[in-house]
Amino acid sequence: MSITVKDLVYIYGEGTPYETLALDRVSLEIADGEFVGLIGHTGSGKSTLVQHLNGLLKPKSGRVFVGDAELWAKGAKPVEIRKKIGFLFQYPEYQLFEESVYKDIAFGPANLGLSKEETDERVRESMAVVGLDFDAFAQRSPFDLSGGQKRKAVIAGVIAMRPEVLILDEPTAGLDPRSQRDVLEMLERIKADRRVIVILISHNMDDIARMADRVIVLEKGRVALSGSPAEVFAHEEFLHSIGLGLPPVTELMRSLRLGGVDVEGSPLDVDEAEELLDRYLRESGARRGDRGKLI
Amino acid sequence: MIRDITIGQYYPGDTPVHRVDPRLKIVITLVFIVMLFVTRDFLGYAVAVAALGGVTAASRVPPAFILRGLKAIFLILLFTFLLNMFMTTGTPLVKLGFLTVTREGLYGAVFMGLRLVLLIVGSSLLTLTTKPIKLTDGIESLLKPLRAFGVPAHELAMMMTIALRFIPTLLEETDKIMKAQMARGADFETGSILRRAKNLVPILVPLFISAFRIAQDLAMAMEARCYRGGEGRTKLHALKMGRVDAVAMAFTALFVALLILERVYAGAIRAALISLFLV
Repeated sequence: MSITVKDLVYIYGEGTPYETLALDRVSLEIADGEFVGLIGHTGSGKSTLVQHLNGLLKPKSGRVFVGDAELWAKGAKPVEIRKKIGFLFQYPEYQLFEESVYKDIAFGPANLGLSKEETDERVRESMAVVGLDFDAFAQRSPFDLSGGQKRKAVIAGVIAMRPEVLILDEPTAGLDPRSQRDVLEMLERIKADRRVIVILISHNMDDIARMADRVIVLEKGRVALSGSPAEVFAHEEFLHSIGLGLPPVTELMRSLRLGGVDVEGSPLDVDEAEELLDRYLRESGARRGDRGKLI
Repeated sequence: MIRDITIGQYYPGDTPVHRVDPRLKIVITLVFIVMLFVTRDFLGYAVAVAALGGVTAASRVPPAFILRGLKAIFLILLFTFLLNMFMTTGTPLVKLGFLTVTREGLYGAVFMGLRLVLLIVGSSLLTLTTKPIKLTDGIESLLKPLRAFGVPAHELAMMMTIALRFIPTLLEETDKIMKAQMARGADFETGSILRRAKNLVPILVPLFISAFRIAQDLAMAMEARCYRGGEGRTKLHALKMGRVDAVAMAFTALFVALLILERVYAGAIRAALISLFLV
């Protein structure tokens, strides 16, 4: 399964005074099993773009291919394609509606037309994946859960459909640190499985740098950068200029450089940064040592 | 789909038409509607069309935008037209089976149709060029004298403001919920009526919950800012009449005078027009 997007154009409120160009000829390709980080400033078109991938929005022009199927070709069934794509919206708790967590998670599998047994298996499995204890939570009302538990129940409902593509729009936004960690650990496990394409939208550059195989930067409805985290986060000044941050260690190195310390590189994690700083200290120490000898 | 519904739609602009005091604009619209009923012939409507056209041009609202409002009443319009055309007795023109189109019927149909169109266009021009907030301010101000009879003017206006304010919010909310459930494989477009009605549950439950949450949050926010109703309350943007309003009043007065004159001297004018064409 792969995803291809060609020259996608989307306009909000066309023909009204509030018309805005949300996507401006966006093209991209996502390979099977790839973990893509999608970043961009608020209003850059991230959410609009991902909503095209499962046919929730119809493009003004351009084409979307999911696997072998073209989404808006004649005779295509967006409903069928949608079933292969798991979509976690921003602050998705509002989509809970059933009287029990069990029934809510079973909503997706039931829409797939699965048998009772199969549905039951999927509900148990996905609750285990997100770390909700079946016996403790299955029969509780989703409206009685805490914020973090609600989010997990929603994610379980998405995973229960066993999607081939998982799109997550800021899955950790608004959660307490512990639930954030739980959700991220779950994502790491899904990534390790390598069976699905994951598209993660996040404002946390550290998460993106750590997990993504590829980072795509959207700016004003266009793809501004695309590449490995190391390649993308090396464009420090550009990312700053469009209002995006860097992973904390990368930011630290940038600050050191701006402060006159002559270190090179844009490391993405602490180990890499440590190595670079260590080398810098040894070299500068050696230089000082040389000078000492000369004098 | 859902976004096509337009209620109290405002077309932003900064023209004299937009700037006229909302109280005055409401009164003018009412006067316009009354005058539509005073008029008895097409010459009067010609004056109304000209006035409306002039105001529309001055407001810079695209005519297509205004005519879009007519789509909603298309059925009523058609119904009125057909009823008038076939159900009026008079000189027969054409016979279609058991139906007869009379001269008077055709005249009445066109006349009533035109009246309806003018009514809708005139009142939608009011909502298109006035922000909902200003509109309710205007209504509150106009209702104030009725407070002596126990009409809660401020509360009514506040309720209207809040309702108008939250229509787009609830539409957005519905859109969001629909998309989320569609992403979970829900199908709202196919199936029997019963099936489709059942499919609404995953939308309605979250929608009600979020509507109650919004109402609660709003009530709390209002209380936190010490809202306690209209007694002794002042306005950030107090309504004040200015030059634009004087011009609008003059324009309206001229319009009313023209229509009254037209009605009084209808016979004479018609005779004059006929003689003009004969010469």
